[in-house]
Amino acid sequence: MDPRRLPRTVTDPKVRHVGFFAPVGPPDESMSSPPRQTTLSPPVAGYSLSPVMIPPPRHLSSDNAPLSPLIAADSFLPVGSYNPSEFSSPSATEDFSEDNFSKDTGWVLNENSGKAALKQNTHAASGLTPVITNEGPPMEAQKEQPPASSKPKKEKTTKSERRALQEAQRTAKAAANAGGSKKSAAASAVVNSANANTKKVAKAPPRKKDSSSVAASEKKGGDRQTDKDRKKDIPHPRMQFDDEDQVEKAKKRSVVKQTESRNRVELFRHLPQYEHGTQLLDLESKFFQLDTVHPAIYAVGLRFLTGDISGGNARCIAMLQAFQESIKDYFTPMEKELTRDLPTKINGYVSFLIQCRPLSISMGNAINFLKHKIPELPSTMSESEAKASLLSDIDRFINEKIILAEKVIARHAVTKIRDGDVLLIHGSSSVVEMIFLCAQELGKQFRVVIVDSRPKLEGRMLLRRLLGKGISCTYTHLNAISYIMHEVTRVFLGASSVLSNGTVYSRVGNASVAMVAHQFHVPVLVCCEAYKFHKRVQLDSICFNELGDPDDIARVSGKEDIKYLNDWASIQNLQLLNLIYDATPSDYISMIITEYGMIPPTSVPVIVQEYGEHLLI
Amino acid sequence: MDFQVVVLAGGFSLVPLVSKEVPKALLPVANRPVLSYVLDLLEQKNLKDLIVVVEGESAALAVSAWISSTYIDRLHVQVAAVPEDVGTAGALRAIHRRLNAKDILVVSGDLVCDVPPGAVAAAHRRHDAVVTALLCSAPVSGPSDSGSSGAKDKAKKPGRYNIIALDPTKQFLLHIAAGAEVEKDIRVQKSILRAVSQMEICADLMDAHMYAFKRSVLLDVLNQNETYQSLRRDVLPYLVRSQLRSELLSNGVQSDENGNGTDAMQNIKILPSQLLANASTPSFHELFALGPDGSASMTRKTHKCCVYIANKSKYCARLNSIQAFSDINRDVVGDANHLSGYSFSAHNNVIHPSAVLGSKTTVGPQCVLGDGSLMGDKCSVKKSVIGRHCRIGSNVKVVSSVIMDHVTIGDGCSILGSVICSNVQLQERVVLKDCQVEAGFVVTAGSEYKAESLAKNEKL
Repeated sequence: MDPRRLPRTVTDPKVRHVGFFAPVGPPDESMSSPPRQTTLSPPVAGYSLSPVMIPPPRHLSSDNAPLSPLIAADSFLPVGSYNPSEFSSPSATEDFSEDNFSKDTGWVLNENSGKAALKQNTHAASGLTPVITNEGPPMEAQKEQPPASSKPKKEKTTKSERRALQEAQRTAKAAANAGGSKKSAAASAVVNSANANTKKVAKAPPRKKDSSSVAASEKKGGDRQTDKDRKKDIPHPRMQFDDEDQVEKAKKRSVVKQTESRNRVELFRHLPQYEHGTQLLDLESKFFQLDTVHPAIYAVGLRFLTGDISGGNARCIAMLQAFQESIKDYFTPMEKELTRDLPTKINGYVSFLIQCRPLSISMGNAINFLKHKIPELPSTMSESEAKASLLSDIDRFINEKIILAEKVIARHAVTKIRDGDVLLIHGSSSVVEMIFLCAQELGKQFRVVIVDSRPKLEGRMLLRRLLGKGISCTYTHLNAISYIMHEVTRVFLGASSVLSNGTVYSRVGNASVAMVAHQFHVPVLVCCEAYKFHKRVQLDSICFNELGDPDDIARVSGKEDIKYLNDWASIQNLQLLNLIYDATPSDYISMIITEYGMIPPTSVPVIVQEYGEHLLI
Repeated sequence: MDFQVVVLAGGFSLVPLVSKEVPKALLPVANRPVLSYVLDLLEQKNLKDLIVVVEGESAALAVSAWISSTYIDRLHVQVAAVPEDVGTAGALRAIHRRLNAKDILVVSGDLVCDVPPGAVAAAHRRHDAVVTALLCSAPVSGPSDSGSSGAKDKAKKPGRYNIIALDPTKQFLLHIAAGAEVEKDIRVQKSILRAVSQMEICADLMDAHMYAFKRSVLLDVLNQNETYQSLRRDVLPYLVRSQLRSELLSNGVQSDENGNGTDAMQNIKILPSQLLANASTPSFHELFALGPDGSASMTRKTHKCCVYIANKSKYCARLNSIQAFSDINRDVVGDANHLSGYSFSAHNNVIHPSAVLGSKTTVGPQCVLGDGSLMGDKCSVKKSVIGRHCRIGSNVKVVSSVIMDHVTIGDGCSILGSVICSNVQLQERVVLKDCQVEAGFVVTAGSEYKAESLAKNEKL
């Protein structure tokens, strides 16, 4: 029952990334990364670069493939788990220009191996110097090559990851190109500073020399890609919001006018950060103009936007039911086919919902399910039959994948509750609540500690409901977690999604609860329906996250007199960050409870592989 | 969006301005019938399928003639005539066969506002409410209200100011009473107060008479309570009163819902505290699964009465008194001139090119002069609206007044804060202050009136 791996030291890169400004110690040997990088990172970190800058050596080869004959011969592709787009996109242009830079130096190195290259390198980036001197120049080229062990990993990269990677590279190249042409004059002024700006300058000349044609062709590819996107009419789910081109295009498509907030958090620029008040007003005033959006979809979108419906399962069910309504009212236009026309309709609805609030991973899975169902309809089927079939499919999805799954999970989890247990829950999770109710029905004697956190304070509603059922509860806030953890014997957490490296993506705060519990040797049980599993890999909570209304954290509910932050938007150097989700590394999770059983976090890929396809049937 | 719009354009209340020839809906505000403001607002928001309900056959004919001449090709309007004195509720009862959408937006025809109706509809849909009312901040009476309109109209303008109780989130309506009906104290239901635990009572909000109703509920209420006359006085308070014990309504609500999904959405709100305390109640989805039979076991059924409070920057007024009539005329050419649809000149006034001004005649800012009007020499017009084809002599002063069409004004008249209806004849040197002159009236030369309503029958 304790499938936990070796506990990591505090220098765990994941922890470091969450903390972001923490100084970095030597990385743990137990890390499953190629050895090359373990030797490289300490010196880089020693120069106290921001952690986003650490990865470049890892990508050395990633962009190299088309450029360097040496590497191309190796036919090396980026390693899945270190997908740069996953890893380090906080400020993509800056970051990837750094990436490009290292690539370019790599190019130089490969061509003019020897002392000259070393010299140039030392000039270009002081961060790399110690490594080179340590390992010696001839070794360097060797170092560029991936260790053989990484090859099998390559196979593991999923399609979506590869695509994200590709896209990230493309944007980086476009950015670099723009930067390069602008600053090529100043290029010779190479400085030893770790400043990203100067690095941009530094990398400009070689790029011009040898990679411009490649970049051009790549760019063309990019255009084609966006054309395709436009056709699909859905903003790319992993759109980088710091890429102005993409944002402009998305704006043209969007139904809801969104004003970008003024005080954007720099680190999270790649995520949509909008003024929250304006969206609602705009949507309201357009109520009668949005003819393309079905009323049921509109109502659901509005509730998402205002937060009336929150929680993964509730949102998913509400969305599916709205789809049902819209399918009921759907009539195939003349000279069109249902299997062709309905998906475009649904795409429109989905993009509307995304504009109201970014979809959760579980909702994405549900949409995929629906989209797979539509083409499967036989063309001989009449329209009403096809609609009925889709409706029953959706019903079945809701019943089997969500409601029944929860019941099964509750039945599994109840076996882990013993008399006298003190169970801790953070936030409000429908599954966990059901587990408690189930345990109560079975007559188990236990106490519940509800840990809540601002600004949503969802725990209060849960507290009220549990008390109503006669369960004895303790209510506390996240600040007191280390105090209360002494008494706790089990921690139950819900999840928004479970990713295939075992990372649990859930309500912000869950990660810290899990970490504290781990420190206190309290088992952490994550309860998650299998439809929320996703094959994506995520290492931190920066790349993909959702930002809530920053006003929520400036306001204290019920305390109108606390208004120190009332006009925070006018303060130039203040940014409020209201993250919605965080990622809990798998090491802090003892067990994941799904309807297929209780599994260690390492077994998530099994579920994704074995039952992921099953979802679509 | 599955909404149907009903414009209630009835009412003969504003004596002496309203007559058989000019129903209230066609009273000119800045030389446009007041109804056109509502229709324009709706048209602008893409609501082109309307039902206009008018009291009385003759009025209906007049209104439909005007609509078909003005909005031909632009709007699809059905004009329905209902008998006089059936009230707003009665009017809806009379046309209930024509109502078939899921929700009905009922707009009063005398509303002049720029609040998007979509906002009301959106709030309605968002909470799945049975009724959503538009509230706006009560108009501050203009400076020219010194003893105007007289005591006669007092009784005729109830509900101008409302006493409204809201929950702390200002989304739900807990109590509503017309200000005129409240004597000293208001009675608030204990059950509601207990459920909400905190109630905010506002006197500075006005019910703008734009409601979104759930059709099934509205028809149920109308059918079960034959005596209900008015939406504002009877139906709305009833819905608000019974929101925590809606035995009658919930059946209707449920039968209307097609699918247990939305049903369940309502079931979630079994706890009144949940209903009222915070809109951000996480809808707990086990309840989704319960379905109709699950709701049967529930002890308390509720429905929601929502409000949408218009932003203070929005203009919103109802033409329900003579004072309001002058106020709206003033505002539409003044502060809220984006509503009027005219393009104002550099002097902030509108003078039709065909209007003829005599020498040394000045037309000040915030004035509208209709087409074909003739003005003599040395006249002065300030903050006034003058209709079409008026003939105004020399040395006439018009301040803060409304002059409708085809009015003849003799030399040396002085008109202050008055309303002069169509075809009135003012002979020389008439002095009017805060008066209303009925259509076709003739004021004899040299007479002076102050704060009076001049009508034919009074004269006789």
